[in-house]
Amino acid sequence: MNASVTEAPPQPGAGADRAPLPDAIRIHTTLAPDAGSVPTEEREIALELKGVSCWYGSFRVVRDISMSVARREVTALIGPSGSGKSTVLRTINRMNDLVSTFRLEGSILLDGQDLYAEGVDAVALRRRVGMVFQKPNPFPKSIFDNVAFGARINGYTGNIGELVEASLRRAALWDEVKDKLKQSGLSLSGGQQQRLCIARAIATEPEIILMDEPCSALDPRATLQIEELMADLKTRYTIVIVTHNMQQAARASDRTAFLTMGDDRAGYVVEQGRTVEMFTNPKNQLTEDYVSGRFG
Amino acid sequence: MTAATTPAVDTPPRFNPQVSRRQLTGTIFLGACMAAIGLLLIALIALLVDVLTKGVPWLDVGFLTGVPSRRAAAAGILPALVGSLEIGLMTGLISFPIGVAAAIYLEEYARDTFVTRALRTNIANLAGVPSIIYGIFGLAIFVRVLGLGRSPLAAALTLALLIMPIVIIATIEALRAVPDSQREGAYALGATRWQTVRGSVLPAAAPGIVTGVILAMARAIGEAAPIIVIGAAAFVTFLPTPLQEGFSILPIQVFQWAARPQADFQGIAAAAILVLLILMVILNGLAIVVRNRLARNIQW
Repeated sequence: MNASVTEAPPQPGAGADRAPLPDAIRIHTTLAPDAGSVPTEEREIALELKGVSCWYGSFRVVRDISMSVARREVTALIGPSGSGKSTVLRTINRMNDLVSTFRLEGSILLDGQDLYAEGVDAVALRRRVGMVFQKPNPFPKSIFDNVAFGARINGYTGNIGELVEASLRRAALWDEVKDKLKQSGLSLSGGQQQRLCIARAIATEPEIILMDEPCSALDPRATLQIEELMADLKTRYTIVIVTHNMQQAARASDRTAFLTMGDDRAGYVVEQGRTVEMFTNPKNQLTEDYVSGRFG
Repeated sequence: MTAATTPAVDTPPRFNPQVSRRQLTGTIFLGACMAAIGLLLIALIALLVDVLTKGVPWLDVGFLTGVPSRRAAAAGILPALVGSLEIGLMTGLISFPIGVAAAIYLEEYARDTFVTRALRTNIANLAGVPSIIYGIFGLAIFVRVLGLGRSPLAAALTLALLIMPIVIIATIEALRAVPDSQREGAYALGATRWQTVRGSVLPAAAPGIVTGVILAMARAIGEAAPIIVIGAAAFVTFLPTPLQEGFSILPIQVFQWAARPQADFQGIAAAAILVLLILMVILNGLAIVVRNRLARNIQW
């Protein structure tokens, strides 16, 4: 429960009064003017977690997570370290399957289909659920081949060149790299590398994009670019983001789920709802303490 | 600080820096390291000077293009040079695919069980087995059972076995150096395990793998003991072909000539050593060039 201060630096003055937070939310509405126009309740549910518990070996990491993710919205998972945010995120594209001791109970429905049902192939699923990682991880290939990789391995039958250009444009990177597509993806700056990874994820035409603290290795300017990009991307994709940065959650997400670690050291959802509500009028004392910077 | 005799709880601890003494320790250590490298250099230079003074007078085009002769002045090393290059190349071609595939299995596919851990340990042990043992094995299996005879191919297969552990260990190290984020990046795009290895892990590990294989080849070319057991000939006047019996290689040529009492043969032995050394320098240089080319854009 005593997550370190470095994980989520308290915002200036946040402990004393919560004035800065509504400010942050106003920034968000200017970034994405359409966000407020459709109430969350009317949005179609793209993804639903029902009573999800996860174990690594005999250790339960998260317990009884139930939440729903609305289509074409940004859903943020916030909470202190060890609360299982990343574990929850990685259940959605079954990345945890790579850990041999991992076990899951409950169900995760993508468009009504249980991802953990018998016969569901994780390889096929991961094309539909893209992922962007904490540290940009472009392959040691050219910029072009980085974006084309996912499409090629999944047997893309269209024009690869057009797909690469469209993906890079959507990731707001095209203008910066169009003259050097043959250069290594690793020659780009950190922020560009992360947008390359977003372009790479987009190129497999996923329905959902998972982002695991995508800005934690980036400077504030690159962070802002990624946040603007998210506001743009959600017109086409459903986005789930894990973030330690509460201002980022407030600025860039429509809905927020707050997780924390229980006495049994397993993470659970304390409260979830629309981001505006969560940050201005939290129902749970733990949530209030966390979003106001008094805890975590 | 008059209170030094009775330090309060919050008094900072006092220091006894002895800076000059610590600096002296550092200087002594530096001196010891330089002495070590100096000794090594003296030994190497003495060896080189000896070989150069004896060998250079004999080193000419006729020596490189000639065949062995009973007269030192007329002797050449072309059959042995071609034999070494041919066997070295075959050794590389055989050990590269098998060694790399075995390493990929152990590192990327096999679960961490007792069996795979035992395998890994034993591969490391195999690298320490005396090379003559491989020669005896090669004689029994490749020369006799498989009926390859005393051919360059039998020698290459034996040397391939000899360097296989080195290739496998170098490849495992190269694969381990690839961060898991690279594998996750590929999996997250819907890659199968093989697509992940092929598309993401191998390109990142390629510089280390290729360097390891080339250096292992250089080691194979310098080996004499197992090839003596296989039955390389000392007096070969024709250029060897892979399946034909009868071949020689540079280290054996050196061994045969150096064993003779005449000064002239000592001279051509030194000249042959020079040729072998130049071959090694070329191979090691190649390893560096290939690594730099492949690794140009790889940094984590």
